[in-house]
Amino acid sequence: MLKIDNLVVAYGGIEALKGINLEVEEGKIVTLVGANGAGKSTTLRSVVGLVKPKSGSITYNNIDLLNMKTQDIVKLGITLVPEGRRIFPNLTVLENLKLGAYFRKDTNEIKKDLEWVYSLFPILKERHWQMAGTLSGGEQQMLAVGRALMSKPKLLMMDEPSLGLAPIIVNELFNIIKEIHNQGVTILLIEQNANAALHIADIGYVIETGMIKIKGEGKELLNNDEVRKAYLGENVSN
Amino acid sequence: MINMTWEMFLQHLANGISLGSLYALIAIGYTMVYGILRLINFAHGDIFMMATYFAFFGVFFGLPWYIAFPITIILTILLGMGVEIAAYRSLRDAPKISIMISAIGASFLIENLAIVIFGGRPKAFPTEELFTKVVYIGNISVQRLTFIIPIVTIILLVMLLYLINKTKTGMAMRAVSKDHETAKLMGVNIDRTISTTFGIGSALAAIGGIMWGLKFPQIQPLMGVMPGLKCFIAAVIGGIGNITGAVIGGFFLGVSEIMLVAIFQGLTGYRDAFAFIILILVLLFKPTGIMGEKISEKV
Ligand SMILES: Nc1ncnc2c1ncn2[C@@H]1O[C@H](COP(=O)(O)OP(=O)(O)O)[C@@H](O)[C@H]1O
Ligand SMILES: [Mg+2]
Repeated sequence: MLKIDNLVVAYGGIEALKGINLEVEEGKIVTLVGANGAGKSTTLRSVVGLVKPKSGSITYNNIDLLNMKTQDIVKLGITLVPEGRRIFPNLTVLENLKLGAYFRKDTNEIKKDLEWVYSLFPILKERHWQMAGTLSGGEQQMLAVGRALMSKPKLLMMDEPSLGLAPIIVNELFNIIKEIHNQGVTILLIEQNANAALHIADIGYVIETGMIKIKGEGKELLNNDEVRKAYLGENVSN
Repeated sequence: MINMTWEMFLQHLANGISLGSLYALIAIGYTMVYGILRLINFAHGDIFMMATYFAFFGVFFGLPWYIAFPITIILTILLGMGVEIAAYRSLRDAPKISIMISAIGASFLIENLAIVIFGGRPKAFPTEELFTKVVYIGNISVQRLTFIIPIVTIILLVMLLYLINKTKTGMAMRAVSKDHETAKLMGVNIDRTISTTFGIGSALAAIGGIMWGLKFPQIQPLMGVMPGLKCFIAAVIGGIGNITGAVIGGFFLGVSEIMLVAIFQGLTGYRDAFAFIILILVLLFKPTGIMGEKISEKV
């Protein structure tokens, strides 16, 4: 579905991605884990055209994304829940959700999706008239995910959705991610919280300073000594 | 109050309100563009000036006002959008200072082109009996225009607030004004949204310009400079980025300017300085203006 080949991205001469390869198969949950500054966000932002890569290729169902504008890429069914939620604080919760469906014309389907989002996140229905800026951090993350779903994505990319959330809410969020996946949405998830991410992922990639270090099945990586030492905070010396 | 009768007071108030309405219409353009681009469109006053010339030539070439004025509005919208494309769009990701210099350049260019093309000498704006006829209410005599201007302004304001708050286009404009990148992620074409914003601001400046020409029927290429500055000040008084604030700021400035001159006739010569004194006071004591939010550091 999504194929990234030899992607190099530089910020003012400094390479943040040094030629990475990554593939997302339809119907899978794929996770990209790595430390802060490893290049995770840069990877996702390249996919949606928010940063212009220096070289390499990104294709989606064999469509070349590199020369497309962000607003056209999202119309193909690729959505990014950006790092730090980035909800529109000056719009109501409902307006934020409607904006997610901004480019869609199928009014009836939009209504159904809104009901679906409300069933996943009942709190959003309760607060639909409130300014989004007044929501708590957890609620804002729910809104950011709900807003992304309103575009009816085929590929949902999430950039550290668990960042700054209480553990109980992180749990809830991961359950909802699984639920979204069960509805047939392919997922590419970025996390520093490698443990939770690898538990739900079919495939995991580990990125380190702009290079893919390890690739494997989620379960496999959970048992990989190197991963456990570096990302799961475990002591595996014995 | 220095020997002013009640009638005189009302007459001055009416004049102040209609001048304030014109300020308000132009101030909206400044505040909307600032809201969406964090940029002061220095060419806005000149776009207003060009509108008066479009209307002048329309009538001059024999078009009836009800055709000349809509054409004026359309041409002014195109001019405003053209300025955005030529002077600002290619600098979208450039440092703020470059965009500001480009804005000042656009302003000078329009002014000097107007001088070359139209000549520096003032022209008499064609008056239209329908609007300029004087009516008497008791002892007060006012032009019809004095009532038409505020009414038109209020109607336009209501329409604009509806557009911004209740339509999809308005929703996109509010989203873009907060976060360009995330708006793109929603599939919003931000270039088009910004273009629309310039179009709306220019349309209001055109309507303001036409009514200005009818009220003060002498036009010249630098006529946009002082109203432009004052309307920018009005937008700052109201809280830049806030549309209702810009309207309140415009009315406030118009009414107080007229009243000041009416009450202290010796100060007539300082009329234009008044706006700047207010600006300094606002910046000193309430830099966010009447309705303003926190000013972002983006400027
Ligand atoms: N806009 C930018 N300008 C310059 N450097 C950047 C920019 N964004 C990210 N970087 C750098 O690129 C590297 C990768 O960043 P990022 O992709 O955000 O990592 P991650 O999401 O894994 O934390 C970091 O060294 C970061 O400092
Ligand atoms: Mg990141």
